[in-house]
Amino acid sequence: MSETANLRLSRKSWLSSNSTRGRTWTVLVDGSAVGSLANGSIVDIALIPGRHVVRVQSTPFLRSPEATFDALAGQVIGFLCRPRSLSPVIVTRWLFWLLISLINHDLWISLEPDAATSTDVADRRVAAGSVAQARAAVISPSSEPRTSTTPVRATANNPPAARDRATGQSALVVSNLTKHFGGRTAFSDVSFEVGYGEVFGFLGPNGAGKTTMVRTLGTLIEPSSGTATVAGIPLSRENEVEIRRRVSIMPESPGLYLRLTVTENLEYFAGLYGLRKATTRINDALNAVNLGDRASDLCGGLSKGLRQRVGLARTLLSDPAIMFLDEPTAGLDPVASLEVHNLIIGLRQKGVTIFLTTHRLDEAEKLCDRVAIMNTTLRTVGRTEELREQIFKRSLIVKTLAPLNDPGQLFSRVPSIEEWRSDDAGSYVLTVSDPKVAAPEVTRSLVGAGADVLSISESRHSLEDVYFELVNQDVEARRP
Amino acid sequence: MMGLDAIRVRAVVRKELLDYRRKRAIVVSMIIFPVLFLVEPIVSIFLASPSESGPALDKYVVLPLLYMLLISVVTPSTLAAYSVVGEREQGTLEPLLTTPLREQEFIFGKAAAVMIPTLIISYVVYGLFLAAVALFAHADMARAVFHNGPVLLALFLFAPLVAGWAIVVGMAVSVRASEVRVAQQLGMLASFPMIGVILLLAVGVIHPTFAVALEFAVGILAIDLLALRIVARMFNRERLVTGAKATGS
Repeated sequence: MSETANLRLSRKSWLSSNSTRGRTWTVLVDGSAVGSLANGSIVDIALIPGRHVVRVQSTPFLRSPEATFDALAGQVIGFLCRPRSLSPVIVTRWLFWLLISLINHDLWISLEPDAATSTDVADRRVAAGSVAQARAAVISPSSEPRTSTTPVRATANNPPAARDRATGQSALVVSNLTKHFGGRTAFSDVSFEVGYGEVFGFLGPNGAGKTTMVRTLGTLIEPSSGTATVAGIPLSRENEVEIRRRVSIMPESPGLYLRLTVTENLEYFAGLYGLRKATTRINDALNAVNLGDRASDLCGGLSKGLRQRVGLARTLLSDPAIMFLDEPTAGLDPVASLEVHNLIIGLRQKGVTIFLTTHRLDEAEKLCDRVAIMNTTLRTVGRTEELREQIFKRSLIVKTLAPLNDPGQLFSRVPSIEEWRSDDAGSYVLTVSDPKVAAPEVTRSLVGAGADVLSISESRHSLEDVYFELVNQDVEARRP
Repeated sequence: MMGLDAIRVRAVVRKELLDYRRKRAIVVSMIIFPVLFLVEPIVSIFLASPSESGPALDKYVVLPLLYMLLISVVTPSTLAAYSVVGEREQGTLEPLLTTPLREQEFIFGKAAAVMIPTLIISYVVYGLFLAAVALFAHADMARAVFHNGPVLLALFLFAPLVAGWAIVVGMAVSVRASEVRVAQQLGMLASFPMIGVILLLAVGVIHPTFAVALEFAVGILAIDLLALRIVARMFNRERLVTGAKATGS
C-alpha cells in the first residue's frame, strides 16, 4: 500500500484566440506524459506525495500562467515560463513568426500535492486502465524535485533514503543482467538490489565487469539481456535521459576540462543538467568537497587528488538519487585517498545512495554497508560480517609458551571444538561452532593440563580473505 | 529529430567558445587560414590591370570572390573534426555522456560553437576585403566587384551553408574516427566538393546566375540538415565509450 494524492489541474477558458483554444496541451509529470488538457477541462493525476515538476506544453507564450491554470488540489509553489526545447520545426517557425511573437513555450509548474488518500497505486492503475497514471505512479516515488529551489544535499530532517524507504522502493534493482561484447562476456546473469541511502561496494579483479556494470546502469551502454530499475525507472532506451537526470557517475578519470577553471567546469555540467542559475549549487558542491577556495583555479593546475574532488563536486551538482563512483581513489596517494574516504563517509551520513566500485578491499570494508564480489558472474553479496560467516568457519587462535605434549587428546576432550590444526610451535587454530562457548572451555582444559597460556583470541577474517577465497575458487575452477 | 533543450545546447556552445579562447593555437590557426586564402583574390583584383571594361571584367572578379568561400569551408573543418574524438582522447567524453545531454543537443551545440567563430571570421575578412577593394583597387575593378550583386550576395549567403557542410562532414569523421590526427586529415576532405564547384565555375561548366545560386543554396541547406541528422544517428554512446559496437537486444 502506497500513499498517493490526487493533483487536479484545470485549464481556464479565458484565452481568446480560436487557434489556441482548439488545441490540447500535453501534461507531463517529472518528464513523462500523464494526460492532456483541453481548454476549460480538468485533469486528475495520481502522485506519490512530495514535490513534483508538472510541465504543460502550451501553445502561446503565457504571460500570466497563474491566470491560466488552477491547481484545484495541491499547492502551487511557482510558475515558470521557458522556451520549449528547440526542434527544427520550432526554429523554422520562430524565423517566420518572430515579429508577431507567436513563440511556442512550455509552462513549468511546481506543485506539491496534498497527501490525501492512501491507496494501492497498482490497483488504482489497473482499475483506471490508464497508461498515463501508471507512468506517473511508477516514476513519482523516487522523484526528487529538479527545480532551482532544490538544495544540493538532503537535510538531516528530510533524508532521501528515509523518504524512499517509506515507499519500499529500492534505489537499484538488477535482475539477470548480462552484457556481451561480441564473443566476450563482460558480466553474466547478475542480480542484486541496493536500498536508498546505502553505500554499496562492487568489488572484483580487473576485467570482472565492474565498470561495464556502472556504464550499463548509467545508460552509457545497453545490456545484452536482463532488466534493471535505476532510481525507480526501468532501464530502457526510452528512459535513458530520465535516468541520467537522476543519477550521477564519476568515472575512474574525472575527465575535467583542464583549460577551464573549477567553477567553469561545474557551470558547464550544471548547464548540461538543465540548471539555470546554479551559483548556489556550485558553491554548495565545492564547499562539500572543501574546494571553495580553489574555485577560480584552472583545473590543469590541480593535483590528481584535487581533480578527483572536483569530479566528486560535479557528481553532487544534480542532487542525484544515486551516485556511481568508479574507483574514486585509483592512483591517489594515501592522504588524497583519505580525503575522498571522508567525503564518501560525509555523503553516507547525509543519506546519499552510493554505488562504489573499487579494487581496494580496505576501502570497501571501511565505507560500504554491503558489498558484492564480481568476477564476470556475481560471486556473493551481503554485509562484510555475513560474508565472513558464510565463507569461513569461526575459530579460536591459542598461543602457549611451549608446544603442548598431546594437543590431539587435549582438544578432543572439549566438545565445542570441531577441528584443530597447529600453524606453528605453540600456536593452534581451533575451529569452533561458537567462540563464546568454546573459549572458556578451552581455557579450563589448557589450565587443567598445566599449559602456560599466552593468549586465546577469536580469529578475524578480513574482507580481503573473503575476496581471495572467492577469486581463488574461480582460478581453481578454470584450471584444466 | 527530438526537441533540443536550449539550456543544454547553450551550455555546450558556451563551454566550447571558452575553450577556444583559452587555447591560443586554435585562435591563431583560425586566423591564419583566412589570411592565406586572401592571397589569390588580392593578387587577382589588385594586381590585374584590366584592359577591358564593363561586363567583360566579370571573369576577373567572380572567381576570386567565390574563392574566398573556401575560408568558410577550411576554417571550421579542423575544429569540427576534433569535436568528438578530441573529447574522447582527453577523457572528457564519458562524464559528458553521463549527463542528460542528448546526442542531438551535443552535435547541435558543437556545430553551433564551430559555426559562430567561422562566420565572424569569414564576414570580417569579406568585409575588410571589400573595403580594401573600394578604397584601393583600380576603379574599373572596384566597379566590377560591386556591380556583381548576385555574387556578393552569394558570398555572404553561402558562407554559413558551406561552413555547415564542412562542420557536419568534420563531425561525421570525428564521431567515427579513432584518433584526432586521422579525424583532422579526413575532415579536410570536406573542402573538396567546394573546390570542385569553383573549378566548374572556372571552366565555365556552371554559369553564376541568381537562379543557379538559389538552387545551390537550397541544395546545400537540404544536404546540411540531412547530414546533421545522419551525424546524430551515427553518434553511438556505447561505441564512443567502449570502442565496441552496441550489442544490446
